[in-house]
Amino acid sequence: MSLATPSSPHIHSGASITALMLRVLLALVPAIVAYTWFFGWGLIINIGIAVTVALGSEALMLRLRRRPLAPFLTDGSAVLTAVLLAFCIPPLAPWWITVMGAAFAIIVAKQLYGGLGYNPFNPAMVGYVMLLISFPLEMTSWVPSHILHQLQIGFVDTVQIIFQRDFPYALSMDALSAATPLDSVKTELGLNHTVPEIIAGNAIFGDFGGVGWEWVGNWVLLGGMWLIFKRDITWHIPFSVLGSLFAISFFFFMLDPDAYPSPMFHLFSGATLLAAFFIATDPVSASTTPRGRLIYGAGIGLLIYVIRTWGSYPDAVAFAVLLMNMAAPTIDYYTRPPVFGHAETEPEPASENGGGDT
Amino acid sequence: MRRLFQFRGGVHLREHKKDATLHPVVPAGLPKRLVLPLQQHIGKPAKPVVAVGDKVLKGQVVAEASDTVSSPVHASSSGVVTAIAAQPIPHASGLSAPCIVIETDGQETWRPRDEQVYDYHQLSRAQLREKIRQAGIVGMGGAGFPSHIKLDPDGKSVDTLILNGAECEPYITCDEMLLRERALEVIVGLRIMRYALNAQRCIIGVENNKHKAFLALLQQVRNTGADFIEVIQVPTVYPTGGEKQLIHVLTGKEVPSGGLPLDVGIVCHNVGTAYAVYRAIEFDEPLISRYVTIAGSVAHARNLEVLIGTPVIDLITECGGNPGTLSRVIMGGPMMGIALHSTDVPVIKTTNCILVNARVGDVPLPSRGDFALPCIRCGACAESCPVGLLPQQLYWYSRAKDFDKVQDYHLFDCIECGCCDYVCPSQIPLVHYFRYAKTEIWALEREKKQANIARRRHEFREFRLEREKREKQERHKRKRQALKKDSGTGGEADAKKAAIEAAMERVRAKREAAKPRNVDNLTEQQQRLVDEADARRARAAGRSNDKENRA
Repeated sequence: MSLATPSSPHIHSGASITALMLRVLLALVPAIVAYTWFFGWGLIINIGIAVTVALGSEALMLRLRRRPLAPFLTDGSAVLTAVLLAFCIPPLAPWWITVMGAAFAIIVAKQLYGGLGYNPFNPAMVGYVMLLISFPLEMTSWVPSHILHQLQIGFVDTVQIIFQRDFPYALSMDALSAATPLDSVKTELGLNHTVPEIIAGNAIFGDFGGVGWEWVGNWVLLGGMWLIFKRDITWHIPFSVLGSLFAISFFFFMLDPDAYPSPMFHLFSGATLLAAFFIATDPVSASTTPRGRLIYGAGIGLLIYVIRTWGSYPDAVAFAVLLMNMAAPTIDYYTRPPVFGHAETEPEPASENGGGDT
Repeated sequence: MRRLFQFRGGVHLREHKKDATLHPVVPAGLPKRLVLPLQQHIGKPAKPVVAVGDKVLKGQVVAEASDTVSSPVHASSSGVVTAIAAQPIPHASGLSAPCIVIETDGQETWRPRDEQVYDYHQLSRAQLREKIRQAGIVGMGGAGFPSHIKLDPDGKSVDTLILNGAECEPYITCDEMLLRERALEVIVGLRIMRYALNAQRCIIGVENNKHKAFLALLQQVRNTGADFIEVIQVPTVYPTGGEKQLIHVLTGKEVPSGGLPLDVGIVCHNVGTAYAVYRAIEFDEPLISRYVTIAGSVAHARNLEVLIGTPVIDLITECGGNPGTLSRVIMGGPMMGIALHSTDVPVIKTTNCILVNARVGDVPLPSRGDFALPCIRCGACAESCPVGLLPQQLYWYSRAKDFDKVQDYHLFDCIECGCCDYVCPSQIPLVHYFRYAKTEIWALEREKKQANIARRRHEFREFRLEREKREKQERHKRKRQALKKDSGTGGEADAKKAAIEAAMERVRAKREAAKPRNVDNLTEQQQRLVDEADARRARAAGRSNDKENRA
């Protein structure tokens, strides 16, 4: 009779990375639905392409690195990276954009650094930044929601656009696409228009951000709250990203509402909410201590604002996240929580405990 | 109400405590064979005082304490000593250690006991501690530190004596049952301990999932009118039963790292220890039995009063477990217990639970997978750590064998409670890594110490050789001098040598005298005289040269 003699503890909560990643993906589903509702089938198709390429790249690299395939392909992390990347790519971007982005994210940003758990940078954001810098035209051609709906571009049309650049009604991407809300504000502020003028004169603007985007934002927010509730992420990073972005944009908005868009515009535009709940919270590349997470998130929020307002890119989420990824190890080092029994001051003797029975 | 504090982290575990608490505790069957390890405590192993073939009585000392930090071992039943040899002991390593094996005779004949019932107040505190030491009482919560030392305030003043009845691990219910059934005895034990420590007040901490135990205690405290004892329910969070954690919850005080509770005026004992103290003082009974929970894949999970030394397999069989289908047997709880290599190992003084897993008909404990994924730095471990460590960093540096860094991150404050391991989504055996790092560091320290000793030895040897050489030289010198002094009486050769040397010396002196001396700063007259003398000498020399040439 041989008894198993593993090391204690002998029980486990059952938590697994696969389950964690699946819950994060589940939390994204409402936002994906909303996005599809407003911006057509592009996202769904892009997710399909990205996931396929990501898993393929992951399998290829795992084989080259002589790692077991099954546990790493099923951990869900490559799928999540692919979905987040697809979320950031314009829905009608040509297929090879998505392919290159997903492959780059998995092969270069993740596997070359050692795979799951070892990537210092958020793979989805690395993939996105590579695409944005290399193919600025394709990466900034967004078709506004109202145009898509007017043209009633269906699934088949979308497939044709993505794979063959075959536009219905003999239109072209140039004709269809328009600047994103963030982009419009940036460009037109440069032309000495005031923020209220810009917003009033453009159909893409909704209540807070852009039409469609703000609704996607709502669902992202809801999914993120659910993740916090399920304790899959902690509140620290979302809170500090949004809080710092709100604070600094509020400050400048109060200084001059004509020159600086409102805090709500910043929160509900671009990828702010997605970043706060789903991208900056990627555990591998983020800070891991509670105080460190607050600093890390605040850094992202501030950088988003700085780059959006004074930088040359309309949205800045990817850059902000990558820059703070670099800082994460240092932040962690300096924000180690106090260890039990290492209190600098001796605890007060007795009395303060309010002893005694009632 | 006492204000309670909260330690950071901790986890909520499924309790699994109900099954074993349904039946009253009864004595386990008398085993045929008792195996008594000489070391069941922290400190030096006990020294056997019996020989193979000796007849022993129940309660008789079979091995005595070998040091201050040590504890005697008593025969748990009467019988014959059949072996004093290495036997498998309950240890994670699965190694064997010296044990005394007793074949029981079934008579349970006690050694003569002191019939006099003491009022413990009549004993001095030192006498009380001595009695407790002689009774072989050690901490019964798991650590097994000799209790008489923990009952010595060592000149410090003890504000609070805490009795730990938290019992936070799943499945284990032996303390709970003890409190339910023997609340009065535990309280008397507590009062004896309080007297030994001269403590101001006492708190009994019980997790709020043991309501019956709590009520029993409350009632007995009221009955005895001991107003200095508080019975407090603490939240059921693992690991509240950790000594430092419980102290923090009850008092808000943090025991300093590397320090003792005594440093903050607190002493903490297990409820089982209090009961053992009571038995020792009031009945002159040494620690030879304890409550043990048998749970898991057994037909009748329950608590038994078990003689120390009873083989685990006997208990499993007694509770309806099938010895043929065992897959894993854990001594202790599922979080911190050790998986036994053999079921022949005995119950020892610190054994609180036997948790059984079977291959057949068992709901296996949900365990970690065999394949650990890499750490994704999610920080769940850090959130669950009751000490406030960063297990993800400790893991990273343990793996990298960076033992300096791992100590920077306070590895040695880790209590190995297993919370981090339990919540880890990558299912990394974190505690295993930390134990490994600790062991490696200890080994390195030992090596360093040994290297230091070796270096010191070497240096001393060098010094000694040097000194011996010097001494030898000194001796020779002295000898030579002595010889010189009485050279007259020395040998002929020496005398001759001395005569020659003396002659040489005289020649040297003469030559020296012949040489011009004091020729500096001469007056003119003197210079003239010198010159004349030189001329004369030259002439004389010339003459003699001529003579030689002619010859």
